[in-house]
Amino acid sequence: MPVLYESPQTTPEAVALLSKSKGKVHVLAGGSDLLVRMKGGYIEPDVIVDIKRIKSMNVIKKTADGFLIGAAVSCARLGEHAALKKAWPGIVEAANLIGSDQIQGRCTIAGNLCNASPAADSVPAMIAAGASAIIQGPRGERQVAVEKIAKSPGVTTLKKGEVVEAILLPPKQKKSSDAYLRFTPRTEMDIAVVSAAVSLTLGAKGVIEDARVSLGAVAPKALLVKPAAKAIIGSTLDDEALEKLAAACAAACDPIDDKRGTIHFRTKVAQVLAKRAAKIAWQRAGGK
Amino acid sequence: MSLVVNSTINGDPIEFSCEPDETLMDALRNRVGLKGVKEGCGTGDCGACSIRLDGALVCSCLVLGAEAEGRSVETVEGMSDGPKLHVLQSKFLEHAALQCGVCTPGFLIAAQALLEKNPTPTEEEIRYGLAGNLCRCTGYDKIVRAVQDAAKVMNKSSKRKKTSGGKK
Amino acid sequence: MNAENKMPKQVFRSVGTRPVRPDGVDKVTGRARYGADYDMPGQLVGRILRSPHAHATIKKIDISKAEQLPGVKAVVTSKDLPDLTDGNEDLQAILENCMARKKAYYDGHAVAAVAAVDAKTAKAALKLIEVEYKVHKHVTDVDKAADPKAPVLRKDCITEGVSPAPTKASNIALQSEFGHGNVTKGFKQADHIVTRNFRTEQTHQGYIEPHACVASISPDGTGEMWVCTQGHFVFRQQCAQLLGLDMAKLRVTSSEIGGGFGGKTHLWVEPVAMALSRKANLPVKLVMTRDEVFRASGPTSATSIDIKIGITKDGTITAGEATLRYASGPWKGSWAALGAMTAFACYDLENVKTTGLEVLVNRPKTTAYRAPSAPMAAFAVESVIDELAAKIDMDPVQIRIKNAASEGTKSSYGPVYGPIGIGPTLEAAANHPHMSAKLKKNQGRGMACGFWFNFGGQSSTHINIDIDGSVTLTVGTIDVGGARASLSLVVAEEFGIDYEQVKTVIGDTSSLGYNEMTDGSRGTFASSMSAIASVRKAIDEMIKRAAMMWDIPADQIEWREGHAHATGKSNANLAPL
Repeated sequence: MPVLYESPQTTPEAVALLSKSKGKVHVLAGGSDLLVRMKGGYIEPDVIVDIKRIKSMNVIKKTADGFLIGAAVSCARLGEHAALKKAWPGIVEAANLIGSDQIQGRCTIAGNLCNASPAADSVPAMIAAGASAIIQGPRGERQVAVEKIAKSPGVTTLKKGEVVEAILLPPKQKKSSDAYLRFTPRTEMDIAVVSAAVSLTLGAKGVIEDARVSLGAVAPKALLVKPAAKAIIGSTLDDEALEKLAAACAAACDPIDDKRGTIHFRTKVAQVLAKRAAKIAWQRAGGK
Repeated sequence: MSLVVNSTINGDPIEFSCEPDETLMDALRNRVGLKGVKEGCGTGDCGACSIRLDGALVCSCLVLGAEAEGRSVETVEGMSDGPKLHVLQSKFLEHAALQCGVCTPGFLIAAQALLEKNPTPTEEEIRYGLAGNLCRCTGYDKIVRAVQDAAKVMNKSSKRKKTSGGKK
Repeated sequence: MNAENKMPKQVFRSVGTRPVRPDGVDKVTGRARYGADYDMPGQLVGRILRSPHAHATIKKIDISKAEQLPGVKAVVTSKDLPDLTDGNEDLQAILENCMARKKAYYDGHAVAAVAAVDAKTAKAALKLIEVEYKVHKHVTDVDKAADPKAPVLRKDCITEGVSPAPTKASNIALQSEFGHGNVTKGFKQADHIVTRNFRTEQTHQGYIEPHACVASISPDGTGEMWVCTQGHFVFRQQCAQLLGLDMAKLRVTSSEIGGGFGGKTHLWVEPVAMALSRKANLPVKLVMTRDEVFRASGPTSATSIDIKIGITKDGTITAGEATLRYASGPWKGSWAALGAMTAFACYDLENVKTTGLEVLVNRPKTTAYRAPSAPMAAFAVESVIDELAAKIDMDPVQIRIKNAASEGTKSSYGPVYGPIGIGPTLEAAANHPHMSAKLKKNQGRGMACGFWFNFGGQSSTHINIDIDGSVTLTVGTIDVGGARASLSLVVAEEFGIDYEQVKTVIGDTSSLGYNEMTDGSRGTFASSMSAIASVRKAIDEMIKRAAMMWDIPADQIEWREGHAHATGKSNANLAPL
């Protein structure tokens, strides 16, 4: 069967193509995962649906519900968006760690999410931020928390015909911020061995009112670690709170053991990174 | 079935045909004949196939040929102004920032994109900015020095242009 | 006395200057043509089917469906490459590696190939080739493969170099021993002995340009090939032998080379491209993907090395012993012998014994990689020397100076050294300000020695002087790193002309006599010697002609600054030619 390349102009057209086409249908956003898999012969699409010509998927919009980042917006563009960078520095720093400048010129955070790699850089940052995916499908729109998109490595909970249209970041609270850190053997062009993201909001006297903590590459998918958030809520991020945070992260880790990192190493580094990310987010939020 | 793609390549309107799943790298090399676009890995790791797509620095091995429809593409073949080499090209020669040369077109394109975004990069910024390009021969130092020197020259000449523009 | 002090203090005019490289402009403008950048009219696309198993017998290959696919012009298997090697083991290994015969020996081993009108058809055709395998147990680790209980890759592999020959097949293909003195006695004289095992992993050369070629074989037995290689003359010889062509009728042109580091000294896909072209009667272009390069082209050996060194309290090495196991891939040829030769070659030892073992494993065939086999041996020996230095509290540089080989030393691999620079080099290093500079945080200082040979080999060059005085030098050694610049400088120097007046080109195999590869650090060295000889011959010839024109004896003419000058008062009226 000959391969088809489609570049719909609107979301309904894309949904129609995705739900009605026969054979293997793949969404092309940045292509930095899809084309690599095609090159290696791991997948052979019958239909490629390029979403980059859909206007609504190509914009970063500030709405009453928060920042809406179109699924086709490249990570490089996130880095060029001053207001977004100011509101969600952790998200942007995670997105700008993916691959090289060349890769960032193409790759998207929606694609990063749907590729469902446990080591995806932007996913822990999105989870910590409380982001959700706006999904369009044959049965209309639904909004799902990003931590619920990946099921297992390479597998998502998206149904046939569905496509992520945008990522919605919640409205930015006063005195809040986020941070993302990863460990890689190389400084650039590498995949996280362990990663951690923390988002938090400060109340009166610098006490943490709300927080979310996420870990990457320590389980089959990026984790939202609620006990870790609980460990620092109500504190001023003192040493005791940080140790509790680390302990909660360690308890959540269920990593693989391979040459890039042993179970012991990954668990240890997850704790260190979570503590450091929390400190950075705290400072960014105005904590002193 | 082949698709017909119309794009602007190095400033010229070019029509080419390609398979729907054919990469822009393959199309540029084999359909348009721009062999300065090199394949080192085909998976976005080495940067030898770097081009500009609507100004954005990308690996052409990770773009489909079909995606170039209506877009502008810039490759190393379009860098010089007629017989006059681009400053980066001259500086790569002067600093011996190439050996086997197969990574060079990608480095030049990436360096050009870097200097447009950041005309006065520090050494560290150059190293980060060119992290998507692999060179096996030079050890990178000469490349970094060539880019630093090119930045200096380019900034001087753009200042000169600004001053002379002001007089008019 | 330092070796270099014996060299005459010659003043150079061109050599030693740093002009812009002559291949530079083409490389910064995208004009330079590498292996994959050349097309022949009517060329087909070649693709290779590779084994998914690390060790398997090929029971059956059915290519009929692939052959029937419209657009497919040729499908080849080992049947299309009959064994014409006439007992030449090296060639046989190349042949078996290019296309698996009875067995696939590693994941990625070629089992069939197709040539089709386009990439899409070639890819579809590969899927239509049916291969039936019987999968065997495999072994990839060098120590495990050397174990008598390991799965044996070849039932006919009886260790060579052992007397009497073993009766049982094993994965140890070749044993080579070097040394002199009596190590048992030497170790008895030692105050300290350190014994260690070192393991190094297989490493790929990692050149950025994958292997690529375009081959064209005509029904009249003539052929052409464009290829990225470190030695097109060697490629021509071997391909002609494997395909049964007259060597003279195969013309090989080398492309610009996108890095080699040893990995492009070897044939991987070129005979397959030729077999496809012969069968299709059309040119075939075959380009490896990066995945194929890593799966099926030469890495360097993984090793396991046992080292034992004894030393006295004052730092004199009394004995050195090494057993060096080199994973060779499925064929011998990893040059474990070179590791065994170089391991202790930096030192002056009374008692030394080294044993090199080539061990067959289910991994790709290994090939040269920057002083093949030597770095691993040096790493192991030098690590132990450091440990011994620490044991007797001696400076690691001084212990090396104390034991360094010098002129007259009997080397660990046999010959007696002529002038050798290791001692003076170490002393210069010891006296260098860097050795005493204060270390900052996270900084360290290390010192190690290594040994490598240098050789000439056959080279042929051609000089052509044009009527405007500009000069073309044609050489047959590939320029992998800047040899064209160096050779142009050498020629300019010899003629006494400007660098800009010289153009060095790499000739194809029909334009020059035989040339060895650019390997073993010989390229610029060997071609320069040949180029100098060519220039001097040309100058002699020009002087003879000037003598005829001036009608004076040739010995009244001298060559200076690119011109023939008549010497002596009586010839003062003759302007230089």
